[in-house]
Amino acid sequence: MSEIPDNHLILPISKPTKGAGGKTGSWRVFRPVILEDKCIKCMMCWMYCPEAAIEAHSRNEVPKINYDYCKGCLVCKEVCPVSAIKSEREGE
Amino acid sequence: METYDVITGNDAVAWGARLSRVEVIAAYPITPQTTIVEKLAEWVDKGEIDARYIAVESEHSAMSAAMGASAAGARAFTATSSQGFLYMFEMISWAAGARTPVVMAVVNRALGPPWNIWSEHTDALMARDTGWIQFWASNNQEALDSIIQAYRVAEDKKVILPAMVMLGGFVLSHTAMPVRIHDQDKVDQYLPPYSPPHYVLNPKLSEPFAYGNILFPWDYAKVRLSIQRAMENSVDVIKKAAREFQEIFGIWHGDLIKEAYTDNAEMLIFALGAVAEQAEATAELLRKKGYKVGVVKVRVTRPFPKHEIAKLANKVSRIIVIDRDISFGWDGILAGEIKATLHEHNVDTPVTTKIMGIGGDDILPDHIEKAVKEVYNK
Ligand code: SF4
Ligand code: SF4
Repeated sequence: MSEIPDNHLILPISKPTKGAGGKTGSWRVFRPVILEDKCIKCMMCWMYCPEAAIEAHSRNEVPKINYDYCKGCLVCKEVCPVSAIKSEREGE
Repeated sequence: METYDVITGNDAVAWGARLSRVEVIAAYPITPQTTIVEKLAEWVDKGEIDARYIAVESEHSAMSAAMGASAAGARAFTATSSQGFLYMFEMISWAAGARTPVVMAVVNRALGPPWNIWSEHTDALMARDTGWIQFWASNNQEALDSIIQAYRVAEDKKVILPAMVMLGGFVLSHTAMPVRIHDQDKVDQYLPPYSPPHYVLNPKLSEPFAYGNILFPWDYAKVRLSIQRAMENSVDVIKKAAREFQEIFGIWHGDLIKEAYTDNAEMLIFALGAVAEQAEATAELLRKKGYKVGVVKVRVTRPFPKHEIAKLANKVSRIIVIDRDISFGWDGILAGEIKATLHEHNVDTPVTTKIMGIGGDDILPDHIEKAVKEVYNK
């Protein structure tokens, strides 16, 4: 049973942490794969990934997808200007 | 300096917002509200008020922007009516849950279909379960003053809830009356700047945080039910705000209710806003004809003035509630609330609902007199 609390101001505040929503990688149906030789390191995929699941430490490296958290939406594949991201069905 | 002017209810609301030193105004036009935000936009444009005006593409966005501004620590204002109010509804509920003390003027207008632009109270009454404090202005001076009082109450540390101030479409919004425009210094003394107990968009905070993410039932219940506590706290805050307003400005609009001719009354009329003002004028005439009739203006519908109403109802033998609204399949909305209140307080005075003025149909003293006479000698 829910009771009315004494406190009149309870605020639902949350601080960002890595994987606050669990390992969302398990939701994935399609896996994005970056083709290293085609990638021009423009960082569009890094910028657009809604889960911040693409890691990039320098402009000289090909970004890396963290598959623990990549949920497979394929936004990265859609925005890549040189089609350097392909998708594979998980489990195939 | 204090001045007097003959202005419409909508201009009075705009003055209320201006004197409250609103910092962000986000609004979308809709009849009969439009001239409120037009006036404010004009003042912003001329640099007469130090506020940002956000022109949005819908009422849903208007409330979203006002809420965002409030979360960032600004005093935010918006206004709407009828269909716009319904379109905003999702964000109306969210603003209360987010504890952003936005103040909104609602110029009451009937809902479609059929299309209608005239006064009816059903729009705002639909939001009585959202967690907003609800004030009803019965004349233009009260419209101006209620905006200022609404900020005082909404931003009080014991409350922190948004508040809406209602005024009847056209009967007040577009009708000019003499209004006192207060001295800015006095308003500043009454209403200090907004200093929120919580920030979301505070650039001084080094750690960013999110607000209102998913919560499981046990935590959700705690957060939501804390709104009930805030509403309970607001009863005394509203009373104090009304008392101090009277001390500083010498004007008494009532607190949660306002009584007129209630001394030795045998019958009471309950109503909202300008309808209650009309009932008061009618009661004056009826008293001269020997009818012991009093009027209770229900000035605040959330929190509902249960104790005040029960106490007054207990002293009379007949009650009429005039509702310019209806809850289909139930009753007049105010009448339903009053009947529940009387039951809760074991008061058995019979209550008669009179639904009047739907879709802006005039409520004239003759109509109220006829209703009183039908019930008075029963
Ligand atoms: S598929 Fe979606 S979640 Fe995964 S890396 Fe691409 S944009 Fe991010
Ligand atoms: S968007 Fe394509 S080209 Fe640009 S960094 Fe990502 S994978 Fe490489």
